Amino acid sequence: MIILSFSQTLKKDSPVLNSNTYVFGFAFAVTIIVALMLSGAATILKPFQEQNFLKEKQENILSVVGKTATDDYKKFNTYIKSVVIDEHGNELTGVDAFDINLAYDKKLHTKDSTYTLRYPLYIFEEGGKKTFILQLAGVGLWGPIWGYLALDEDGNTVKKAVFDHKGETPGLGAEINTDGFEGQFRNRKIFDDSGSFVSVQVTKEAKSDDDPHKVDAISGGTITSTGVSNMLREDIKFYLTYINKSKKV
Amino acid sequence: MSTATTAAPVRESKPLLSKRDRKLVTDPLSDSNPITIQVLGICSALAVTTQLKPTLVMAISVTAVVVFSNLIVSLMRNYIPARIRIIVQLVVVSLLVILVDEILKAFVYDVSKQLSVFVGLIITNCIVMGRLEAFAMGNKPGSSILDGLGNSAGYAWVILAVAFVRELFGSGKLFGFSIIPEALYAPEIGYVNNGLMMIPAGALFIVATIIWVQRSINKYTEEA
Repeated sequence: MIILSFSQTLKKDSPVLNSNTYVFGFAFAVTIIVALMLSGAATILKPFQEQNFLKEKQENILSVVGKTATDDYKKFNTYIKSVVIDEHGNELTGVDAFDINLAYDKKLHTKDSTYTLRYPLYIFEEGGKKTFILQLAGVGLWGPIWGYLALDEDGNTVKKAVFDHKGETPGLGAEINTDGFEGQFRNRKIFDDSGSFVSVQVTKEAKSDDDPHKVDAISGGTITSTGVSNMLREDIKFYLTYINKSKKV
Repeated sequence: MSTATTAAPVRESKPLLSKRDRKLVTDPLSDSNPITIQVLGICSALAVTTQLKPTLVMAISVTAVVVFSNLIVSLMRNYIPARIRIIVQLVVVSLLVILVDEILKAFVYDVSKQLSVFVGLIITNCIVMGRLEAFAMGNKPGSSILDGLGNSAGYAWVILAVAFVRELFGSGKLFGFSIIPEALYAPEIGYVNNGLMMIPAGALFIVATIIWVQRSINKYTEEA
């Protein structure tokens, strides 16, 4: 009723349309309505979206151990045992590996070093052999980058690595999620001959193809490549105590 | 109420769409095509057209946004204060684009990842704002819906044509299925996919070819 009588008083080019009160009132009303619609839609669609994110994460983790069939993610829990570890290599109870937001935790840790880091670790077992799947989180040029690295039972040999990014430059930094870059990590070693940790470096230096500790950087993607390199060094290190412990057992 | 009942028989004797209405839909397909004639929406035409599947999703998304924003703005056209009309149009467009983006994320997540920022960039697609400002602000909802359909169809067929050529010659596939026989790739025959089709510049050549063909059919000449 109010709207009806209101619309009758409103003719095109009527002075009411140009009064400040009307302009502000209109803008306010439009904003409120739009905000309500958007928050409503976001709430309704959230469960569906979270299911997609979860599925993507499970597929990413399974892809480093070669389980890439379309339905494999449904059997995630039978393939993978997920644990959460602290820096002393202890398994923590009462936390779900999927609840840990590694990128966010690392950010808090850099601001305040007393903030304790916890890392999710995924263990895949097939034919009596274990594979450790390490989660990695770092920063590229424009935003976050992340990845998963499958480490052999010996705690030294990289089986496979996958990376992804939020918004690196297409054709340059964004190339980190291609097979050409990821494939280089196969069979690299994270310890040198004397047994000290050297990680796998992403480098622009000339190197021999079978150098076990280096992979080629992406030309034009220097900052992203350095980001990958730093991410590998920081994050792999964290897992070493745990992996060493589990080797002795 | 009484006017509606008396008007109904008259409407029945008319064809489903009047001549003017039909022109609203058919004009943008060729004579005033948003991409080839008005050269709007080129950015997304270059960016998302490497494969047919994301292109189809993009075309559907743009159609939904153009049609519904035309409808909503047309319904509000007499109440929108002239001084803030652009920003109101922008809010309506943003609302629809965010809704589309959320829906894609919920139901076709892989395509949504492929399209990434380009769904969000529908907001800045000049076709949308152009139709609102040029048509929906001054016309009735019904005509505005038709205008929206016509223009998005004009946009859709061009980007789908571009994607068809790019996917076929750039990766030898259509909708992800291999079309070019594997045997042709053998070293003795030496067929290779055209790398130009995979980069945005390839799309420019195709759009230009479409414009060329279209202009020679329509006998279009540049006004000096």
